Amino acid sequence: MTHWIIAPIILPALLAPFIVLAARYHIGIQRVFSVVGVLALVAISASLASQVSDGSVLLYQLGDWAAPFGIVVVGDRLSTMMVLLTCVLALFVLLYAIGSGWDNRGRHFHALFQFQLMGILGAFLTGDLFNLFVFFEVLLIASYGLMIHAGGNARLKAGVQYVLFNLIGSTLFLFALGSIYAETGTLNMADLAERVQLIGPEETVGIRVAAVLLLLVFAIKAALVPLHFWLPSSYAEAPAPVAALFAIMTKVGAYSIIRVYTMIFPPDLEVTSGLHDLWLLPAALVSLAIGMIGVLAAKKLDRLVAFSIIGSMGMVLTSIALFTPEGIAAALYYIVHSTLAGATLFLISDLVRTGRDNLDLTPQPPVKGTAITAGLFFAGAIAMAGLPPLSGFLGKLLVLDASYGTDLMVWIWFVVLVSSLISILGFARAGSVIFWKAHSVEGPEDTEHLTTPTTMSYCAVGGLLALLAAHTVFAGQVHGYTTTMAGQLFAPDTYVATVTQTPGKLSKPTKEDH
Amino acid sequence: MELLVASAIGIMTAGGLYLVLRLRTFPVILGMSLLTYAVNVFLFASGRLTIGAPPILRDGVEIYTDPLPQALVLTAIVISFGMTAVVVMISLGAFLGSDDDHVDDLLEEEVTSAEGTP
Repeated sequence: MTHWIIAPIILPALLAPFIVLAARYHIGIQRVFSVVGVLALVAISASLASQVSDGSVLLYQLGDWAAPFGIVVVGDRLSTMMVLLTCVLALFVLLYAIGSGWDNRGRHFHALFQFQLMGILGAFLTGDLFNLFVFFEVLLIASYGLMIHAGGNARLKAGVQYVLFNLIGSTLFLFALGSIYAETGTLNMADLAERVQLIGPEETVGIRVAAVLLLLVFAIKAALVPLHFWLPSSYAEAPAPVAALFAIMTKVGAYSIIRVYTMIFPPDLEVTSGLHDLWLLPAALVSLAIGMIGVLAAKKLDRLVAFSIIGSMGMVLTSIALFTPEGIAAALYYIVHSTLAGATLFLISDLVRTGRDNLDLTPQPPVKGTAITAGLFFAGAIAMAGLPPLSGFLGKLLVLDASYGTDLMVWIWFVVLVSSLISILGFARAGSVIFWKAHSVEGPEDTEHLTTPTTMSYCAVGGLLALLAAHTVFAGQVHGYTTTMAGQLFAPDTYVATVTQTPGKLSKPTKEDH
Repeated sequence: MELLVASAIGIMTAGGLYLVLRLRTFPVILGMSLLTYAVNVFLFASGRLTIGAPPILRDGVEIYTDPLPQALVLTAIVISFGMTAVVVMISLGAFLGSDDDHVDDLLEEEVTSAEGTP
């Protein structure tokens, strides 16, 4: 049993209190520890990902208690890839936050950042539904702090909406967990996968309610229309580096949907039939459409990016809702792309804000540092809108290919293609208003308070774009890997057997009360 | 017993939902607390209701109650308590900053009319 699998949770959990307690007044020391911690996380998660790339499953039993009784941390291909993605994203976001000085505009940025990482990584690694809830709460409570970092009335107001919406989501999650426990007597995912199959066809009322409630909770996290209302204002008002990190948070919802609805409630299970194709798929298509229409309709650049996140989540969930190995593989490829592209665009919107008084999409005098910022925006917009040559285009092709021949193929192709066109229009409008029309406007001369973004900010954004380019160049390998990942998800026997049959304390077969 | 617990959960949920829909921070927070009470009782009942039995599994004990939901409820109570404190602080900050305790965004004409009235 390797202990490294728990390190992505333990390391930030130790670093965060250290930063608060020991380095409270020293932003320099905070920065050093934060960056070193994230670098270590990247190294650990990369080695974990390479360890499980052969299809094995890493298991860590906390306190050596055997699975259905103890808490387990499990790493398979999917969870380690999400962990690696989170750590890499966090590294660039952190560099941007340091380079732009955002971390020094309020207190405890780095501590909250580490707690946020702990929550996200824990949610990806846990093998237990109740711990998924606990890690959701950890990441949420850290995100509440990050969301209102640096203060301001608009930000606090958006923060209240964000917190309340997520509290209701957490309550729903607890209701779902209670019903699952009442029906099955366990909350361990692998154990649930075995027990849900055993429920007789006449006793499915409770478990069906639980399955729908869980889907609702994860859909709130994934910002699926009509449960997306928390996202636009909170992402738009949050500090840009925080919003960029939040780009992974919607993916936590997508990850949970993939995990729970391939393992516990697999698509061929009669109990939950109709949930994916009847409900999830149409809702995902509507989110895709609404997100991209929002891109065209937005009056401010940060809202535009927030709506593009909703749209890209719609694309991810459309592909997930097919619940075929091809669909999941395409969705996983698109998840990586959409996380990186969304984060890049949020950071670019902050680059624009640095050189401009506001983010309104109205012609104003040129942004300071226009040349590079405009170039970066051009590349980021191409990626998000899904134009060749960047990975958004390939991801979209994979989604279209995965949906080929399904019942709703016409609808999926129609919505995906038309919404792409709309988003291209939206991004083109935003880019031309901000960067091109600027030269035709006479503006006030008092622009001394506006500054050019620092080199480090540009490096962080450029790094993310380089990752997107790499994601495009190595698309074949990445897609091959996500295909094997989907294969592992649809044959969860290894996962289940590893979790339930690894010996530990209390692993002797006892008579269970259910 | 079952009727009592079930109706208590139902009434608290209904009251909580009603208050959450009031869209002003104070009733919404009260409603959230009611909802978390309801969910705590619900979690507690998910291990079946047993009266006067210890939550212990060992030889010789014939009647016992399921200890796991009690542990879950404890976690849920702590988390919801902390969350309520956080949301009170944030909404207090938002109210003191903008002198407005609406949860939802007002439309633009409403904002201007609200500014017009003293």
